[in-house]
Amino acid sequence: MAKTRSLKQSKMFILFCVASFFGLFFIVIVLAEPIFSQLIFGLDDFFSSCTDPEVLSCIGLTIGSSFIATGIAALFGIPLAYILARKNFFGKRLVESVVDLPIMVPHMVAGIALFSVFHRHGLIGEPFFPIIKFFDAIPGVVVAMLFVSAPFFINPVREGFQSVDPRLENVARSLGASPWKAFHRVAIPLAYRHILSGIGMSWGRGISEFAAVILLAYYPMVASTLIYEKFLMHGLEGSRPIAVLLMLICLGIFLSFRSASVKR
Amino acid sequence: MIEIKNLYKDWEEFSLKDINLQIKKGEYFVILGPTGAGKTLLLETVAGFHFPDKGEIWIDGENMTTEPPEDRNVGFIYQDYSLFPHLNVAKNIEFGPKLKGMPKQDIDKESNEIMRLLEISHLSHRYPKTLSGGEQQKVAIARAIITKPNVLLLDEPLSALDRRTQDLLREELKRIHRMEKLTSVHVTHDQMEAMALADRIAVIMDGRVVQVGSPHEIFNKPLNGSIATFVGVENILEGEIKTNRDGIAIIDAGDIELHAISNYKKGKVNVFVRPEDILISKHAQKSSARNVVKGKITKMTNFGAIVRLQLDSGLIASVTKLSVEDLKLGIGEEVYASFKATSVHVVNKEV
Repeated sequence: MAKTRSLKQSKMFILFCVASFFGLFFIVIVLAEPIFSQLIFGLDDFFSSCTDPEVLSCIGLTIGSSFIATGIAALFGIPLAYILARKNFFGKRLVESVVDLPIMVPHMVAGIALFSVFHRHGLIGEPFFPIIKFFDAIPGVVVAMLFVSAPFFINPVREGFQSVDPRLENVARSLGASPWKAFHRVAIPLAYRHILSGIGMSWGRGISEFAAVILLAYYPMVASTLIYEKFLMHGLEGSRPIAVLLMLICLGIFLSFRSASVKR
Repeated sequence: MIEIKNLYKDWEEFSLKDINLQIKKGEYFVILGPTGAGKTLLLETVAGFHFPDKGEIWIDGENMTTEPPEDRNVGFIYQDYSLFPHLNVAKNIEFGPKLKGMPKQDIDKESNEIMRLLEISHLSHRYPKTLSGGEQQKVAIARAIITKPNVLLLDEPLSALDRRTQDLLREELKRIHRMEKLTSVHVTHDQMEAMALADRIAVIMDGRVVQVGSPHEIFNKPLNGSIATFVGVENILEGEIKTNRDGIAIIDAGDIELHAISNYKKGKVNVFVRPEDILISKHAQKSSARNVVKGKITKMTNFGAIVRLQLDSGLIASVTKLSVEDLKLGIGEEVYASFKATSVHVVNKEV
């Protein structure tokens, strides 16, 4: 009996391993092929991209803007995530749907919407024009990234707070902690891994955004815009070295994030 | 001293209606009631985790009704211990004193002292998830009393523990209460626990306090039928432990001698047996039940499908109507009541 059961179980695992292999194979081949082709057959092009100031400034802009967008998402998203995790109120479902909306909306549509709000005569673009220019400017890049990446921050953080038993905060309060202290000594450390994962997801999502960004801010060019432009003008040869460089940088960032969030 | 005046509170599916209680300074007060009666809600409202819809809460002569929990100086202990999982035992215990800005030296001294008192010093660097239930609860107690609260609130603190650990921790609670003279409010659904610990008991049902009194009053003079059904139907016998071998105690309970699973080695005890744990037969039968008591039926009360039999040995047994018919039971009939040693709950009277 035990033997047949273990045999059945091992059959299941063998099948699962085969399926997992194909799943992984698909992802790995798409990512690895350009990297290896580039590093083997086009090393010179790759190095000249690595040292091209235009390329480097585009990549820096992309990573930096996305980081700022994530910072803004954290500033407003942590309180929102906490309220969604802790409180029940009329219209909560609606708020949750609104948070998820940027995931659903096609990115080109998001770009149109952003343009409509933030351009020179838009609802927000116009009153802010004397202070901040969004159209074809870094703030435009940041708000476009913020829009598409915010849900990727808020959702894991909300789950993180949900996983913290409210009674722990009650106990902290009874021990003399103000609501603020209970929040930062108990809720935050216990949701720490979710917050870190939210930062990683949202940062990555911002870096990868293209459609929403170009409509509002084609210039200054983010990495994706540059790659797209190079592809149109010079084909694979012109665009792949930059794509590979961006891929390697992102991989480095996310691997270090992974290891940081697993550590504790 | 805690005074609860005309308190009303609705929260989720629970509600409290017109609660009035006076808990004396240094008293061990037990709030006893069935699941869903609103006991936890009442305790959390006293702690300030909820604000009452109506009514007032006074602690040590101060109106605390609208004060936040951190200004009430109460200690709170939950059933599932609620230790901070990201902090080790020592840091859990030091959480309160650190918030209050006590100097580090004093914190260390107090926390060592309290860990010694509760015999958990060897656990100080362990994390909560590596501790047993009993150990976790001791840490929770240490964490609460180190802040020197005016009031200690305990929400079913023993319910998640196994019987042996329950016995030990109950003694521990009693010991700490005696040492610290801390006004304690302990919520439970367990009559035994209430009986063993309480100076006074309040019975709460459907969000209302239905009776307040000494354990003796509550168990012997329940005010109405539903209280009686909740607290009064048990077999409560007084006895004294004669011997205890390998965890099986032999108890002299007046005319009866009982076998029970218990840690107690000697002393006066209260013994509880649930009526439904008692098996009734017409002839003495050989079985694994350690306790067989011969007696006559003195009273039969019909509760629909269940019939409650009162025996002249002092025991009450409940059997089904079908059994009554099958065995042809009637008043004056001689029967044997048998029950296992594991069905006998023993509570020390002299703690």
